[in-house]
Amino acid sequence: MSTLGSSAATTSAAVRASLTGSRRDVPGTAFQVVLLGSLLFSLAVLAVLLADVLAKAVPVFAARGLDFLSGPLSSNAAKAGVGQGIIGTLLLGAIVSLLAFPFGIATAVYLEEYATDTLVTRFIAVNIRNLAGVPSVVYGLLGLSVFVALFNAVDGDASGRSILSGGLTLAVLVLPIVIITSIEALRAVPGAIREAGYGVGASRWEVTRSLVLPAATPGILTGTVLALSRALGETAPLVLAGAVLGSFSGMQLGSLFTGSYTALPVIVYDWSRKPQDAFRADAAAGIVVLLVITLIANGIAILLRNRFERSW
Amino acid sequence: MTKATGDPMTEIALQPKDHAPAGRGEDVIRITGLSFHYGPFRAIKGVSLAVEEHKITALIGPSGCGKSTLLRTINRMNDLIPGTRVEGRVEYHGVDLYARDVDAVEVRRRIGMVFQKPNPFPKSIYDNVAFGPRVNGFKGNMDELVEASLQRAALWNDVKDKLKQSGLALSGGQQQRLCIARAIATNPDVILMDEPCSALDPRSTLQIEELMFELKEQYTIVIVTHNMQQAARASDYTVFMNMADDRAGYVVEEGQTLSIFTNPTNKLTEDYVSGRFG
Repeated sequence: MSTLGSSAATTSAAVRASLTGSRRDVPGTAFQVVLLGSLLFSLAVLAVLLADVLAKAVPVFAARGLDFLSGPLSSNAAKAGVGQGIIGTLLLGAIVSLLAFPFGIATAVYLEEYATDTLVTRFIAVNIRNLAGVPSVVYGLLGLSVFVALFNAVDGDASGRSILSGGLTLAVLVLPIVIITSIEALRAVPGAIREAGYGVGASRWEVTRSLVLPAATPGILTGTVLALSRALGETAPLVLAGAVLGSFSGMQLGSLFTGSYTALPVIVYDWSRKPQDAFRADAAAGIVVLLVITLIANGIAILLRNRFERSW
Repeated sequence: MTKATGDPMTEIALQPKDHAPAGRGEDVIRITGLSFHYGPFRAIKGVSLAVEEHKITALIGPSGCGKSTLLRTINRMNDLIPGTRVEGRVEYHGVDLYARDVDAVEVRRRIGMVFQKPNPFPKSIYDNVAFGPRVNGFKGNMDELVEASLQRAALWNDVKDKLKQSGLALSGGQQQRLCIARAIATNPDVILMDEPCSALDPRSTLQIEELMFELKEQYTIVIVTHNMQQAARASDYTVFMNMADDRAGYVVEEGQTLSIFTNPTNKLTEDYVSGRFG
């Protein structure tokens, strides 16, 4: 009995040794360290950028907060404000939302839910993906040669360099992004939901409207946020599509669609090129305003998304 | 069979239909010389069979023999897959379902379906049941219809206090009964079940089988099953399918379940039901 007991104890000890063995998983640990390092690196870069911008921007806001937000552009750095840029950026966002979102989502629904899978539709889908990768300055050239020229031809008095040209250019720019993210969102809806809908005698329209689109809405909204953020941050296409560098008077509501316009990223670009340090500080403050607007837009979209996720 | 006059959607079939008369009742579905192709691949060939009203007809056979494909031709679910082709006839009360002027959406309202994996809509329990009647223009009292459907699916007592909760929050067996409630809410004539218990535990499986017994009073049921005990327990008629050398499925033998399981005429059937292959 005692020998049996001792042999059981020996087995137990051996098992314990093997189970608690200090075998070191070197590659696994290294991998984890690399992952964590990447995360920290990205965060650090972001933090340095933000700190730098904020450090320059805070004095501007402290000195003339409201004046800076509402004031017009000026060649005097101490008087220059971003009022016109805020109005321009908000209007551009509105134009993009009104044009790119409905057209983009409708295109995605057609390609994903209605179009039969033929070579032609595949060709179209592939090229939409290619369009998403085209540099934004190319879209700027398109805006210049199509929209600016078109509005100039329609209304001879105006130069065609209106906010409508800029908004259309940005809408075309983000359209592929909206389409692609919407397609992904629609694709993520399980086929079983569609089958179930057809199984109770629903038509394609009813299945799409009542089952597929609600299920895809959170994903589609995520895509529209991405697209809108991208649009609000673009500079090059707007410069080509006629946004004003330097100062101008105007941006009153009456002349919005014919007169000159600008937007926050264009202003930031313009100011940051100037030699005076005061303009650099103004540019930093402009960046902060742009970031806040983008964050608010994202926040609204996230709220909407949560609402849709809970709606059933 | 007695069919209510007027718009069937306006009358909830709470009152049981007449029981099937002694002897063989009317054939609700009659399939003749049916072949089905996915592109160049012929999935089933030369299938002919009849489905009697108020009976449970089980389709059994080894994996890949086309049971589900055959089931899905009955309510034209296969229409949704591009590149498919049907030869032969599928008649429903004598009407060729694949005739040019037949509306597949209308077919599916009369021939409902319960799928292999429970697939409730990502909506509330109430809306899951109400969806079908709504898209079919139901004008009556929706609350009553939802309650009646859930009761007939033996789910009402489980969910009556949480109708506004998501259908996805239910257990697997409850979800499948919700799908059955959803299928019967449109007051179909035939219910197709594609391995409805394959994702369920034994207790839920028995509940669904008991439910099928009650439902056949009012509906005609065709069920695909992998589970031979289930076919033997639950069905009135059994259709045994097998895969030919060219991988196309065909019907080996059909008949009353008892005779298929106890006295099969075909050697293949005997081997299959006794578990020697499949």
